[in-house]
Amino acid sequence: MISRRERALNYAVLTVFAALALVPLVGVVASSLTPRAQSSPTFTWPDHLDWSNFSTAWAQGHFATYLRSSLLVAVSVVLISGVLAILAGYSFARFDYPGRSLLFYVTLIGLMVPPEAFVIPLYFNLRDVGLTDSYWSLILPQTAQSLAFGVFWMRNFFRSVPSAVIEAARLDGASDWRVLWQILVPISRPALLTMAMLVFMWTWNEFLLPLVMITDEAKRTAPLGLAFFQSAHTTQYSLLAAASVIVALPVVVLYVFLQRHFISGMLSGAVKG
Amino acid sequence: MAATAPRPTTRKRPADASRRRTAGRRDRVQWKGYLYALPALTVLTVFLLVPLGQLVRISLYHWDGLSASTWAGLANYTEIARDPQLRASFGHSFVLIFFFALVPIALALTLAAVTTRAARLRGVSVFRAVIFLPQVVAMVVTATAWTAVYAPEGVLNKALNTVGLESVNRSWLGDFGTALPAVGLIGTWLEIGLCLVLFIAGIGQIPRELYEAAKVDGAGAVREFFAVTLPGLRGQITVALTLTVIAALRTFDLVYVATHGGPGNATSLPAFEVYNRAFNTGQVGSACAIAVVLTGVILLLTFLITKLQPEDDGS
Repeated sequence: MISRRERALNYAVLTVFAALALVPLVGVVASSLTPRAQSSPTFTWPDHLDWSNFSTAWAQGHFATYLRSSLLVAVSVVLISGVLAILAGYSFARFDYPGRSLLFYVTLIGLMVPPEAFVIPLYFNLRDVGLTDSYWSLILPQTAQSLAFGVFWMRNFFRSVPSAVIEAARLDGASDWRVLWQILVPISRPALLTMAMLVFMWTWNEFLLPLVMITDEAKRTAPLGLAFFQSAHTTQYSLLAAASVIVALPVVVLYVFLQRHFISGMLSGAVKG
Repeated sequence: MAATAPRPTTRKRPADASRRRTAGRRDRVQWKGYLYALPALTVLTVFLLVPLGQLVRISLYHWDGLSASTWAGLANYTEIARDPQLRASFGHSFVLIFFFALVPIALALTLAAVTTRAARLRGVSVFRAVIFLPQVVAMVVTATAWTAVYAPEGVLNKALNTVGLESVNRSWLGDFGTALPAVGLIGTWLEIGLCLVLFIAGIGQIPRELYEAAKVDGAGAVREFFAVTLPGLRGQITVALTLTVIAALRTFDLVYVATHGGPGNATSLPAFEVYNRAFNTGQVGSACAIAVVLTGVILLLTFLITKLQPEDDGS
């Protein structure tokens, strides 16, 4: 339908923009494999592949500890906010009670206010109860932030399930609780997967909250650890690049395999938000 | 959308009704709904809504975070208007809106127009995934990648050298004149994929007949863009504008890692000032006032942008 010239032009345009998106990232990967003798404060193309930067960065930067912190926090946030979002989404989608819309809109406030807006009072509150410098000081606020999206997302999905399916279960005597866990949740597996991935990514990449809440080096998350590693290794770009790869890799690997879910989730979440 | 609720749920449910004394009432007001929403609302209230309220209160005090606070009234707010450094930081975020929002949207629209009929090109999903990739990489990593691009011996200067522009060479993030636009261009790089993917998805939803009709009417590529593609993408443009403007106003990690607000205050931003004043210089009240204003600006702009949205999209 479209001419060969136009097709070639389309590919050319897409290729240019794909290349622009990739150059900084490929530069980091290439630098991370550059022998340290050849390293400079910018991207380098390695003479030969030197994997030792990864082991050095891993050991010097304590990334085993940081990745463990990040993983612990991200998985906890995914699980807790997942369960709470399922319950609240069910409530807003399938129950009728006064104030339902109001409560739902209150939930949505979390989609709009930036973390800068609540992080200061939150810090002092958590400090007063001795929770700063703990994983809870990351997990609970991150859960709150993820809930706005999660509740909204699950409510939309549960509303889209045809009433007939639920009516049928009711006739069989299923309680609200069983309808939720044995019918709605299994049907929404794709939606749940998308939500889990996005919340995982947002939590993993979060920077401000750990920066404010965590002073104990052992509890730093991966991005926070990278920021400190950066200020200590400004001259060793190949090491810094290796550390950057380590921090970015978990989410990028997930993305490579599941990019369809990531993109559709971020877009449809955004379109309705 | 919520008012028609009783109808689907008022069917007789014998099993339920026998277990519950108040079965008749229950069909009208389903009190159990509150219980399901309670855990989420509790977490939201304690960790988000209450702090938000406290933010406003603290912004009315002078407080260093340790000793007793003293009433400030609106002094922290008038300071924002008077302090040139703070005024500048808000000014900077409007420069970033240009780079984070307007440039990517304009570029992505052009690109989308060029690839209008490419929706069914083979391999488009691979391009889509690659162009979207910057959105998923941690901002700290993005910042370290771009400091290498902008370094004095960096990729950008080398590229300029090869085309004979040695005279333009500089430390892009360290130069007063270029630091802010350099940060802005990182934003362009970040957001263009989001906009492009949104617009390509949007074009896919525009009925093909409209394009056929335009062609029959003898419209060229440019007329087709303005008559069919652009109106068809109004909803997506609104969304892209909202997301990218918010991203510009909220920029913190990028500046914290790449420039730390410098050189001087050339790249200081409200979010950065909020952090810096609250946790480095002991001006907690002032930090809260900035955060309130920043939040206000974000909500106001979001509201104004959604006003642009076409009527038929407001479900």
